[in-house]
Amino acid sequence: MSIITVENLKKHYKDVKAVDGISFEVNEGEVFGFLGPNGAGKTTTIKMLVTLLQPTEGTAKIVGNDIKKYPDRIRNSIGIVFQEPALDDILTGKENLDFHARMYGMNKSKRERRVKEVLILVDLEERANSLVKNYSGGMRRRLEIARGLMHFPKILFLDEPTLGLDPQTRRVIWDYIKNLNKKERITVFLTTHYMEEADYLCDRVAIIDYGKILVIDKPSKLKNKIGKDVIIISCSDSKSCADLLKRERWVESVKVHDSNVTIGTKEIEKKLPLIMRMAERNNIEIKSIDIRKPTLEDVFLYYTGRKIREQEASGSEQLKRRFMHR
Amino acid sequence: MKLLNYQAVYVMWLRQIKRFLRTKSRLASNFIQPFFFLAILGFGLGSARFAGMPSGIEYIDILAPGIIAMSILFPSVFVGLSVLWDKQFGFLQEVLVAPVSRLSIVIGRTLGGATTALIQGLIVLIIATVLGVSFQLSLSLILAFVFMVLIAFVAIGIGLIIASKMESIEGFQFVVSLFVFPLLFLSSPFSPLESLPSWLRTIAFVDPITYGVDGLRATLIGYSYFPIYINLIVLIVLSVVMMGLGSYFFSKSEV
Repeated sequence: MSIITVENLKKHYKDVKAVDGISFEVNEGEVFGFLGPNGAGKTTTIKMLVTLLQPTEGTAKIVGNDIKKYPDRIRNSIGIVFQEPALDDILTGKENLDFHARMYGMNKSKRERRVKEVLILVDLEERANSLVKNYSGGMRRRLEIARGLMHFPKILFLDEPTLGLDPQTRRVIWDYIKNLNKKERITVFLTTHYMEEADYLCDRVAIIDYGKILVIDKPSKLKNKIGKDVIIISCSDSKSCADLLKRERWVESVKVHDSNVTIGTKEIEKKLPLIMRMAERNNIEIKSIDIRKPTLEDVFLYYTGRKIREQEASGSEQLKRRFMHR
Repeated sequence: MKLLNYQAVYVMWLRQIKRFLRTKSRLASNFIQPFFFLAILGFGLGSARFAGMPSGIEYIDILAPGIIAMSILFPSVFVGLSVLWDKQFGFLQEVLVAPVSRLSIVIGRTLGGATTALIQGLIVLIIATVLGVSFQLSLSLILAFVFMVLIAFVAIGIGLIIASKMESIEGFQFVVSLFVFPLLFLSSPFSPLESLPSWLRTIAFVDPITYGVDGLRATLIGYSYFPIYINLIVLIVLSVVMMGLGSYFFSKSEV
C-alpha cells in the first residue's frame, strides 16, 4: 500500500525549474531514497512533501492527506530530519526532545516515556542532560533522528542524513536508520548524493537529476538492468577455461589475457558456483577470483552520461542552483 | 488548525527564558552597561539643568527611566530578530514544521521577550536605586512595569518586521545603526523632551519609544511631558500595530 503518492509535482522559480513534474509512490514500511547530485531538486521535493513549501503545480498525498489541503494533519503524521542541523545549542538533548514533544501536543506521561524510548534507540541516554553545543556531529544527527521519531510519526523524512559526517559515523547512522525502520515499523523517505548510502539503506531508489526522475527501482535491479558484472579469474589453464566458458549460454563475453580470463555476465552471485563446479570437473585450478559489480555510480552514469561526483565538484553553476533551492 | 496552542506558547516562552538565563555574558552585560550609563552620565552631568526640569528632580532621575527603556529596547528588538538566528542555525524549520499556528509561535516568543524585558527593567531599577535615584514608591510602579512590557512589545514587533525583510544576520549591525539607535536617541532618553528644539521634538513624537520613556518618567519620578494616559494609549495602540504587522510578516515567511 502506498503511503506517499506524488503526482506531477513541480516547483519553478524565476529562472530555475527546481522540481519539474515528478510522480512516484512510496510503499508503507519501505526505505525509499532520492539519489541525485546537489541541486537536483531533492531538498525542494522534501520541503514540498513536508508542507514547508508550496508546489507550483501538481500535488502529493501523504498518509492519504493532500499536502495543499491538509498540511496540519500531515505535520502530525511525519517526522523530519533536515539537511542543516536544526537543534537548539543552548538546550540539552533532553530539552530539545521535550520542546518537540510539547510542540506536538504530547502530554506529560507520554512525553517522558517517549523521550526515554527514543534516547535509548539512538544510544544517547547518558548524554541526555548535556547541552547540545557539546555534542559531536554524529551525536547531533542521532538526536535529530530521535527527535523526528518523538511523536510516533508514520513517515520519517531524512534530508541528506549523513552529510558532513566522517565514514565511520556515517556507518553508525545507517545502522540506526535500518534499525528504526524495523523496530518502529516506520516508512523512511531519504535523500542522498552518496551512492553507498542509497545502496545500503534503500529498498527502492529514485534517481533524480535537473528536477526530473530518471528511473525508480530496487538498487540491485537498477544495477543488473544496466549491465553485466565482470569476473576476472586467474587459473592454471586460462585457454581451456575460456573455451569451456564460451559454451555456456549465460556468459555474455569472454576474454583471455595471460593467465586471466575476464567474463561478462549478469547476476554474478548466481553464476559463481557454476564456474567453480565447471573448473573442478575439468581439473582447472582457480587461483583467485576478482569480481566487479556495477555500482549505483554506473547506473547514474548510464542514465545521465555524467558521474555524480564530477557533478558535485563542478563549480559555480552548481553552487548557484543549490542556493536557489534554499 | 487551532488559533492558539497553549503548550506551544508555553514551550516557546520557556525556551526564551532558558536561553536568557544560560547566556552568561549577556546576563553580565545587563548589569554592567546600565551601571556605566547611569553612573558616568548621571554623575558627570549631574549638575546640568534642562529646560522644564522642576526643582527637586536631579538629572539622574530624568536619566534612569531613559536607561531602563534603553536596556529593554535593544534586547527586545533582538528577540524579534532572533528569528534570523533560528533561520541561520536551522532551528526555525523545526519550529515552522510543527503542527501549531504561527501565532502561537510569535506569542510564545514575545511573552518570553517581555518576561526577560521585565527582568532587565527590574535590574536597572535596582541599580538606579543603589545609585541614589529616588523613585516614587506607589501604585504607579505597577504601571511602570506595564510600560516596560509595552516597550518590549513594540520593539519585538519592529524586530520581527525587520527580520522578515532580511535574508541573513549579516546586515545586523546595519539594522542596529539604521533603526535601533535612532529609535533610542530620538526618544530623548538622556534629557527631558522639553529641552529638545521644536523641530527635533516633532521628530521625537513619531518615535514610539518616546511614549515609553515619557511614560516611565511619569510613573517612576512623577515628571513627564505628556499625561500618563496619553502615553499609555499611544503605546498600547502602537504595540498592537507593531505586533500585528510582525506576526503577519512572520506568518508569511518560508524556509
